[in-house]
Amino acid sequence: YFILCQSRLIYVCFYLFVYLFSVLGFVLCASGDLVKVYSTRTEEWLHSLQGHTNQVTGITLNPANHLQVYSCSVDGTVKLWDFIDGILIKTFVIGCPLFAIYVSEKHEGVLFLHVSMCFQLVSVHLPKSAEQEVEAKEMSAVSSHISKNPSCTAFGRGVRVHFFFFYFSLKATDKKGAKNAFTCIACHPTDDCIATGHEDGKIRLWRNFIHKKEYTYSTQHWHHNAVNTLCFTPEGTHLLSGGIESVLVQWQYGADNRKEFLPRLGGSILHISASSDGQLFCTSHSDNKITVIESSFKVCGVIQGLVKGDAVLTDLMIDPRSKALVLNGKPGHLQFYSLLRDKHLYNLDIVQQEYIYEAGLDQFEVVKAAFDIKGSWLATVEERGKKSSDLEFFLKLWAFDERTQSFVLNTTITAAHTDRIISMCFSSSEETTMLVTAAEDSQFKAWCQGADDQNFWSCDFVGSYHKLNPTNCSFSADSSLLAVSFQEVITIWSPDTWEMLTTLCQPPGVIRDLCFGRLSCSKYLLGTTTKNLLCCWNLLTCELEWSTSVDVSKLQPDPFSENVAAFSYQSKHTDLFVFKPSEPRPLFTNKNVCSEKVHRAVFVPREEPLNSCDESTQWLNRSQLYFLTQNMDLLTFSTATEEDRMLSSSKQLVIDDSVAVTPFYLLLGKHRQQQQKLNTQSHPVADKPQQPQGSVTIKELLHTPAHVLPAASVLCSMFVNSFLISNTGVQQDPLRYFVHINIFLFKVKTLVNFPKLMKYELLYL
Amino acid sequence: MASFKPTKVQFLPKLGEKVTEDTLYWKNYKSPVQIKEFGAVTKIDFSPLAPHNYAVTASTRIHVYGLHSQEPIRSFTRFRDTAYGGSFRGDGKLLVAGSEEGLIRLFDISGRVALRQFTGHSKAVHVTSFLSDGFRVVSGSDDLTFRVWDVPSAVELSSITEHTDYIRALAPSKLNPDLFVTGSYDHTVKVFDMRSGSSVMTMQHGHPVECVLLYPSEALLVSTGGRYVKIWDLLKGGQELVSLKNHHKTVTCACLSSVGNKLLTGSLDRHVKVYNSSYKVVHNFDCDASILSMAVAPDDEVVAVGMTNGVLSVRHRKHKKDKETLTSRRRRGPSYRVFVKGKNFVPRQDDFLVSKPVKQYLRKYDKQLKSFEVSKALDTALQTWTRTSKPEVTVAVIIELNRRGTLKNALAGRNEESLTKILNFLLKHIFDPRFSRPLLTVGDIVLDLYRQVLHQSPVVERQLQRLMEVLGREAELQQELLQVLGILDTLFASLTPRKEVLWEEHCPMSLNNHCVSVSSVSADVCRI
Repeated sequence: YFILCQSRLIYVCFYLFVYLFSVLGFVLCASGDLVKVYSTRTEEWLHSLQGHTNQVTGITLNPANHLQVYSCSVDGTVKLWDFIDGILIKTFVIGCPLFAIYVSEKHEGVLFLHVSMCFQLVSVHLPKSAEQEVEAKEMSAVSSHISKNPSCTAFGRGVRVHFFFFYFSLKATDKKGAKNAFTCIACHPTDDCIATGHEDGKIRLWRNFIHKKEYTYSTQHWHHNAVNTLCFTPEGTHLLSGGIESVLVQWQYGADNRKEFLPRLGGSILHISASSDGQLFCTSHSDNKITVIESSFKVCGVIQGLVKGDAVLTDLMIDPRSKALVLNGKPGHLQFYSLLRDKHLYNLDIVQQEYIYEAGLDQFEVVKAAFDIKGSWLATVEERGKKSSDLEFFLKLWAFDERTQSFVLNTTITAAHTDRIISMCFSSSEETTMLVTAAEDSQFKAWCQGADDQNFWSCDFVGSYHKLNPTNCSFSADSSLLAVSFQEVITIWSPDTWEMLTTLCQPPGVIRDLCFGRLSCSKYLLGTTTKNLLCCWNLLTCELEWSTSVDVSKLQPDPFSENVAAFSYQSKHTDLFVFKPSEPRPLFTNKNVCSEKVHRAVFVPREEPLNSCDESTQWLNRSQLYFLTQNMDLLTFSTATEEDRMLSSSKQLVIDDSVAVTPFYLLLGKHRQQQQKLNTQSHPVADKPQQPQGSVTIKELLHTPAHVLPAASVLCSMFVNSFLISNTGVQQDPLRYFVHINIFLFKVKTLVNFPKLMKYELLYL
Repeated sequence: MASFKPTKVQFLPKLGEKVTEDTLYWKNYKSPVQIKEFGAVTKIDFSPLAPHNYAVTASTRIHVYGLHSQEPIRSFTRFRDTAYGGSFRGDGKLLVAGSEEGLIRLFDISGRVALRQFTGHSKAVHVTSFLSDGFRVVSGSDDLTFRVWDVPSAVELSSITEHTDYIRALAPSKLNPDLFVTGSYDHTVKVFDMRSGSSVMTMQHGHPVECVLLYPSEALLVSTGGRYVKIWDLLKGGQELVSLKNHHKTVTCACLSSVGNKLLTGSLDRHVKVYNSSYKVVHNFDCDASILSMAVAPDDEVVAVGMTNGVLSVRHRKHKKDKETLTSRRRRGPSYRVFVKGKNFVPRQDDFLVSKPVKQYLRKYDKQLKSFEVSKALDTALQTWTRTSKPEVTVAVIIELNRRGTLKNALAGRNEESLTKILNFLLKHIFDPRFSRPLLTVGDIVLDLYRQVLHQSPVVERQLQRLMEVLGREAELQQELLQVLGILDTLFASLTPRKEVLWEEHCPMSLNNHCVSVSSVSADVCRI
């Protein structure tokens, strides 16, 4: 096999690590090698700061300029960004992996970084160079052997200029077996008080360490598990704490017994941040979620990414109605995720029970799910009990409700089988919907909806074959045949009469995967065995058409073409083959797709089919292949043209050498750039009227929704400048009038959206 | 932020009964009023006129009752022997009745003495009726004849002997004054036309006919006899339409409801069955004794049933009005106005709206579960009322505690009294197939927890003794069932494989599992 095309992989999954929060209504969060910028008002993703080549580990505001942020990454660089426009200003190359970043208002031009070498905290003096990429060499170690966890370091913003380092010591475990290890720390903004969180859920407040060296501490205990994060409000009136229980606790500073709770926020709380004006808090959760909370302790917004659960137990599926990707989400839920818009749509509560976090507790999990072809029925299996003796499971059937546009529980079957359900599939015919479940009790059952007046589901047929355990089941494309594999034997049944038509067998090895060919290849049945065999049977002759020795971990047919994708795992890397059952030669092979085993894959139909003629990418024309590795990375194949389109949207600022980097500089710089552009353009086409260019800018400004516009102060100048006719042009009265109207309109718009900034803007005008 | 999800109580559907409009309609009757008569009630007939009084023939009397009276308005007592078959004329002014001695008497409804006496029958006359013109009376007798009498002149118009056994059923046509249907113990049903003077149609019922009935359209004929109810299509020349076998003793009477013409049949097996238009049983009235006669008032206001023990049981229809008066008397507390106060206020455009969060109401055990008070939640679920009338709630709480892994904590540290409660609950429900699985785990945990102290309390020890007995019996039963299953397996193994598959649909699925867990607990009990 040869690699036929250079398809690139895109990571769709992202994880939030740190984020930061600003007055202007933005939330920044580190997610993979990006820093994403969200609006707190609309919870929409605005843009992302692209540039790091490895995981971003920390973000912090530039204390000298609140419109800029520093970000540090494992790739060994610190980058300074204008986060409103999403422009990279400067890159400082440090040279070793960085794990956290801190700044202090009192130390201008100094960054404190957490570097990898024996977990040292170093201070770095930023050189004042005008170049875009600077190497920062001036490093001095501050402290060594600090915890790997970035929340275990905090900087006080106290009255003193100098730093004190205190070493509090508590034995990691005392006599009573309490786990005293520190997990996080926070400094009070004005008082000399430090709060520390501990592994056993205690919070200790340390006082009196500045004046005398004899500190005192008080202990608070509410959390029953490790405290993940602590945060003081900017005024220092409250302390916020969060842990695995996903309850945000607000402690009143000074009166420690008075506390407020905000329970059931989602996954465990990883980080809490408060805005500098104290109006909003937000928490980041382990399930890829940011919650925005008002100061009155009410949730006012949720930013949700692809929910990252502990494991994806269900197959990857596509909801036929919304074309959303469906997989396990929150515990006991199925999540619907729109891949086209890269947006979480909703969670469907399958288990409908209160989720209780406790280590080692056996929870109900959704282990199987299937949609029927029209998307009007959803079947789910939830299971609890690792050992088979106390196994509990329910088979649930959900009907799509047109009115509420979501799935409503129709039937719960408590004892569908006597043992674990292994495989489940819906018949694919349009007229009758039928569900087949195969379980370890060596039976398979067909379920269908009862006659006319009963709209619930009941058992229609029970089948078995020599008391063998079934391993898989599958319906043919037209639902006229049902294939159920019993260990090494595949049995073919007719769903109309429930007669067993034939058996197919190709030893050795238990059948692992089973699928029918589609469209013109519907006469073929494909099966993979545990003994590294991929077999293809012709159902017309009931004979083996071909077989090959490949260790296939996942066989996935494309519902919109004849293609079948097979992932094979050999010697620590996964290969992908795409083939048609009727042809002996694969259409596409890609060796070493990833280093982990692939167990879940799905073909997602495209909204508009591509018309690529390249032989190697033709199989991606109608649908796109997504697959999930064992490390829970969701990967996909994309063609080169798509990739180009995505890259063209990123931008970078070229900075003039002579001027210092200030916001004003940025504005002026842009202005200058534009002027330069105008100058260069106007020479060859001097007599061309300027109107079209101006109107495009207006259009762009007025047609963009107000909430996604950058800050008014930035925009305003650009906007006005674009209309100021350069001295080379000829003045035109109608255009000027138009400019006036638009400036007025813009003022009104900004007044509505950014009342605080009005002052600056007017000054500038 | 999601709200607390309350404990889910599983309601398993009851098998068999389906609630339809018919069942609701027929359930809507009050509990029966019992009126004691002097002997077996053989005939009930409603007057077709407005107050719809009804004549009840029992022993040597005929009583006329008003629709709501429990005392007879009028009684005709001038019978020397048992009276039979008192029935009204179409205008409700005259009443005719036969008797054991063979005399037929005609009464004015307002009078007391018989207006006419028709003599001629040599044996008892069980059935009498007016023909629809109102001037002739037809009667069937045990002397195998039936005779037609002229009312004004009191003479016999004709006498026909076609049946070969006692005549016990008669139904005159309401559309044609010359037609009537008779049924006899010779297993036949005959349709007679007075114009021809002989039978025009004969149908074989197959059993002694107790009752015949014509549908208002007179296209369908119902005959009852033996355990069978048969429907005949007269327009197709007496073809049998349906044969119903829903009673397990002789069906003695049948009548039609006036709303929707539903068929009702009463039998010696003490049941009244109501059929829908496709002749499926939709409702069942139970009575104390064998039923001999039955009638339904116009508009289905009253269902009157006469029984062999001489009790007339009268069911009245429930009305909404009755309910309203009952509830209005019971109503307490503030009026409706208090609750809607301000609810329909429409805010003006520039008003600032502050929405009040909807309060989530939780059950007491849910509140306790929410605050992780597991022992208290179990106590709440084990309260007497919940335990006895809603065991599924108790079991749901137990399942929830088990899911949270705190069932052991909730069961621990109990005194004798609360432990007895739990053991009582186990004794009652441990073999309910709905609950057995969680309750067996409860039993296991209780034994593990209290193994050391169980012997200190005689009460608890006695209960354990009982539990052991019950478990032993259940285990025996399961063993027997498994044996039967084995026998059946061998039987079905000899059949075709396809049949075997079909049979497995109906076999109890959790039998094996259940048995194993039962035996494990019983082993535990024995150990103690």
